[in-house]
Amino acid sequence: MIKLITLMILMLAQTAPTAAVKIDNFSFAPRELTVAVGTTVTWTNHDDIPHTVVSTEGSIFKSKVLDTDEKFSYTFSRAGTFPYFCSIHPKMTGKVVVH
Amino acid sequence: MAWAGTGALCVMRGGVLKSYPLGTKAAAGELSFVQISDSHMGFNKAANPDVAGTLQTAVDRINGLSTPPEFLLHTGDISHLSKPEEFDTVDQILKSAVAKDVFLVPGEHDVLNDDGKQYLERYGKGSAAGGWYSFDKKGVHFIGLVNVLNLKAGGLGSLGAEQLEWMERDVKHLKHSTPIVVFAHMPLWTVYPEWGWGTEDSGQALSYLKEFGSVTVLNGHIHQTMQKVEGNVTFHTAASTAFPQPQPGKAESPGPMKVPAEQLKSLLGITDVNYVQGQHSLAIVDSKLG
Repeated sequence: MIKLITLMILMLAQTAPTAAVKIDNFSFAPRELTVAVGTTVTWTNHDDIPHTVVSTEGSIFKSKVLDTDEKFSYTFSRAGTFPYFCSIHPKMTGKVVVH
Repeated sequence: MAWAGTGALCVMRGGVLKSYPLGTKAAAGELSFVQISDSHMGFNKAANPDVAGTLQTAVDRINGLSTPPEFLLHTGDISHLSKPEEFDTVDQILKSAVAKDVFLVPGEHDVLNDDGKQYLERYGKGSAAGGWYSFDKKGVHFIGLVNVLNLKAGGLGSLGAEQLEWMERDVKHLKHSTPIVVFAHMPLWTVYPEWGWGTEDSGQALSYLKEFGSVTVLNGHIHQTMQKVEGNVTFHTAASTAFPQPQPGKAESPGPMKVPAEQLKSLLGITDVNYVQGQHSLAIVDSKLG
């Protein structure tokens, strides 16, 4: 049993998918990202100005303020559409679609 | 870095506000004060690695004015990352100003991570719970508004119902001949919504002032001077003391503009403001600095 669990964890570790969103020029790129359930998405701020990554509905995820080159990661454990925005510059919006 | 460190000197005369670029000779009036904005203490990127130095330059210029201002208005983005030491540095530099009273409103950079708790602890004494307040100086009614909290996805700056109700009550009993100065960080008129340069519910706020003969709105946020007259209201945005931002739509984003220092000097130079007195309303004439 322990072996089986270990094996499963190993398999998960090997396949745990990741995806990246760049914050550049006051926008999220890609603006709409489609990923599989279990994907860890990492946002990196490339601007000279701080930004945040905050889910629009239901306080699902909320980063601290990200200064230049700082990152924020969130693992999407269920399917759905997750719109988000920068709470400092609310014109900056994006969306993660999880299948 | 002589290009930065700008501010605007405002002189109230005959109930009408005129504003001058710092360094020009302004006529004495009944009330003069200086607006500074967007000091972004803690910013250290190429657009200006010495924002403390340029804020000090602004203060030195204020101190060199022939008519000392009675107080300073800081229209927000005092800090870059809401760090205590950033606020400390600004407080320290502003202590060297001849004008001892400083009235502030927060920018979005001053309320990061804690919805403005630290800002209010530091600067919110005597203001309403949300940080907004009003005061009177020599017959002029000043209203400091907070439009950088509770921003909605896809939206602009926001005042919110509670603040709007407060403002309506605040001005209700004033004589309509009372000159009004409203100041807030984000523009209270729609400068460029694509970059979020406006405030969702500013129209509601301004509707409370439509019977007043003289209304002046002072904002920061866009790091360049801009002005507009609409009916009884004169709108004016101040330059930053830290770094310039591009004109609306003239760059991919509103991020800090990196230009050689000598170019910046002339860039900031062309954006200052003169208010020209009309009979009951104000007219705006663009003027170039130096």
